[in-house]
Amino acid sequence: MDLLKQPFPWYLSGPLISITLLLLILVGKRFGMSSNLRTMCTVLGADKTCDFFCFDWRAQRWNLVVTLGVLIGGFIAVTYLSGGNAPVINIDVVKELNTLGFKSAGTSYLPLELFGEGVFSSVKGILILLIGGVLVGFGARYAGGCTSGHAIAGLSNLQLPSLIAVIGFFIGGLIMVHLIFPLIF
Amino acid sequence: MKNSVYLLIGIFFGIVLLKSEAASWFRIYEMFHFKAFHMYGIIGSALVLGIVFIQLIKRYNIKTFGGAQISFVDKKKSIPRYLIGGIIFGLGWALAGACPGPMFVLLGAGFFPIIIVIIGAMLGTWCYGLLKNKLPH
Repeated sequence: MDLLKQPFPWYLSGPLISITLLLLILVGKRFGMSSNLRTMCTVLGADKTCDFFCFDWRAQRWNLVVTLGVLIGGFIAVTYLSGGNAPVINIDVVKELNTLGFKSAGTSYLPLELFGEGVFSSVKGILILLIGGVLVGFGARYAGGCTSGHAIAGLSNLQLPSLIAVIGFFIGGLIMVHLIFPLIF
Repeated sequence: MKNSVYLLIGIFFGIVLLKSEAASWFRIYEMFHFKAFHMYGIIGSALVLGIVFIQLIKRYNIKTFGGAQISFVDKKKSIPRYLIGGIIFGLGWALAGACPGPMFVLLGAGFFPIIIVIIGAMLGTWCYGLLKNKLPH
């Protein structure tokens, strides 16, 4: 039990993610989290606005149940397994983030500057989170998958399109942290 | 019965995502600065074992728990769709520090501002649906 309260090292985390992929395949389903965003749009009535959302969302209900489980898993990890403690990140990264204005670097799981309660009264903070979300949602559907569907499931099945998508993920991420962050933080 | 299986798989995955720190904005930032092996180790080891699992399923024609054939559909060939879509996704992943799985993990973990990211992701998905026919694929 004490081991469960420690952060999971990469060599445990990675295989546990593969086991999630394996379990989903063995129950006859696919591993892909971003599809749920499309399903949720349909449930909320987006099918009245364009064809892309016209599908039988009930056939995707299993994935919404997985997502509900993921949410409960987050709660369990924080409440019972000492999750949510600050990751021990590289000290150079901490210093760099401090100079960018992220004083919470190295002391919390998420930057309080973006995910503290104060963000709800910060226009800049709300815009950053909202735009980040829009890019993730738009890009995931455009690319036909996200980290789970392409980087894990697609690459595990040796799909070239997934490799192109993952290269794209990294080009985008590098542009954001190296070129755009200095402009906005 | 089936629903409880999906729920348990989700709970397992949620715990792993949070405890692995893959749901931490700081870990994503650190990854894009190549300042730690952590995230590469997670993705790399997940991948190696994932490849082994899928090859074993194919080679030994392993069936689902329900006894059904497992089929893998090849993704359609294209470059612009995956590259442009991927870049847009990457920009958002680095900015919000969360991809679609971790978004829901963080909500469950009580980091409530993540709801803004989730609303954004749904808006982005909706925008894609509206613009789909005008985009190169």
